[in-house]
Amino acid sequence: MTERYDVLIVGAGPAGLAAAQTAASRGARVGLIDAQARAGGQVWRHDVRRTAPRAAREAIAALRSVELLTNHQVVAAEPSALRVETQQGSSLLSYTSLILATGARELLLPFPGWTLPGVTGAGGMQALVKQGWPIAGKRVVIAGSGPLLLAAAATLRAHGARLQGIYEQAPVARVHAFARQLLRWPARATQAVALRAQLAGVPYRFGTFVRSAHGEAALRTVDIEGPHGTTRLDCDLLAVGYGLVPNVELAQLLGCATVQRSAHPQVQVDPSLRTSVAGIYAAGEANGIGGLAVARLEGAIAGHMAVGDTAAANLLLPRRDKARGFAELLATHFSLDPRLHQLADAQTLICRCEDVTLGELDGFSDARAAKLATRCGMGACQGRICGTVLAELGRFSRSGSRPPLFPARLATLAGAATFPLPTISTEVADHE
Amino acid sequence: MSDIVRLSIDGQDVEVPTGASVAAAIAHVGLHFRSSVSGAPRAPLCGMGVCFECRVRIDGVMHVRACMTVACEGMQVHCHD
Repeated sequence: MTERYDVLIVGAGPAGLAAAQTAASRGARVGLIDAQARAGGQVWRHDVRRTAPRAAREAIAALRSVELLTNHQVVAAEPSALRVETQQGSSLLSYTSLILATGARELLLPFPGWTLPGVTGAGGMQALVKQGWPIAGKRVVIAGSGPLLLAAAATLRAHGARLQGIYEQAPVARVHAFARQLLRWPARATQAVALRAQLAGVPYRFGTFVRSAHGEAALRTVDIEGPHGTTRLDCDLLAVGYGLVPNVELAQLLGCATVQRSAHPQVQVDPSLRTSVAGIYAAGEANGIGGLAVARLEGAIAGHMAVGDTAAANLLLPRRDKARGFAELLATHFSLDPRLHQLADAQTLICRCEDVTLGELDGFSDARAAKLATRCGMGACQGRICGTVLAELGRFSRSGSRPPLFPARLATLAGAATFPLPTISTEVADHE
Repeated sequence: MSDIVRLSIDGQDVEVPTGASVAAAIAHVGLHFRSSVSGAPRAPLCGMGVCFECRVRIDGVMHVRACMTVACEGMQVHCHD
């Protein structure tokens, strides 16, 4: 079964939503794919117990003529088409233009105890809580780096978490310098002030990080290292994230060139968001972490480009360039303390799928050799976690992308439109 | 439509708000989602479908990411297979 679109967009976060609405407003047949159950991406992830921000509701309501394809996971690329898997079957979606709005994931760094149940990403915990994770009354430690910690903390607190503290690795002088720079970005400054107000009474410490986590079957305590030594805290959950990493796997699978401005690749685009492959554009975090404002502008730019309106796209470029400037500010002020790269010891698991320790990876200088000898990166996450960790730690870069992009059912690869049983139930029955 | 969905987690009945994830439903029971290859308990890490630490058996389908799956009425979920 093949569906044809003038413009196909992968990722229904702010960039993908803006791209879809822009392209559809020009009369194109637009398909918007997302692996999640709802549109919104990470920053606008639907909260089952609270109302979404107005901008998110408006962006989703504006889709009208767009075909929104949620629960659609891209698993492979074919000529001018993507193979997608749903809970019931698979299909082929062909396109004239393709926009990659694949967003970012959290940078998760290993430390002793990071595999214990109860240790999650910071954005990760926020995402889980928005989807109904029971957090009320739980003692939560938040740690890592960047303004995302405050956003996560605010969501957790609104759902009743007992926040034990927010532990930012950047030193106090750099966070204050960042705050002074914020005056150039009034909207961001207002947002930051509002977040701090929501977090009144919660300790916010700088130059501190989680050294280790402890527990038997689940997390019980964490050791926090700060300028005045190590403190042990009791907690039920630890939400720790060190910033974001672009999702480039699909771009790589399609043959789009990437560039590296940090330890992690990002999609290489020209100022108008053309990738190195004709007819494929990329927008938002995939092109380098830029935040919400960049994502929305780049989505619109890519939407215009995909329908051939270079002039309309060009009008948005100065605003985009200014918004990208904010991302530079973040990267500079929240750069990671080198001690964070030394937290994992020889016994710390790096590959969580295959349980491979850092010690077992000593002596390897490339991902393929390490994989062949230790199985590191061979599990279900396909090296998304360990490969990113090893690149960040300066061991070796991740190997390239190969199909399937995510673990897929054999029936998908065989092209089955409908899966044989068993399949997952999808009905939300009526109790009335 | 009801505000509540009922499903079974390792034989235990759990109620969650409509739209909640299977991961959230499992967390009402405990934090042991799967056992690692060396037998250690694991639970969600990334919360967004990347790490696969939350994979469980749902209605007989193996290796389904609980964080990506919306809880549905009558679902049968099995952890640590």
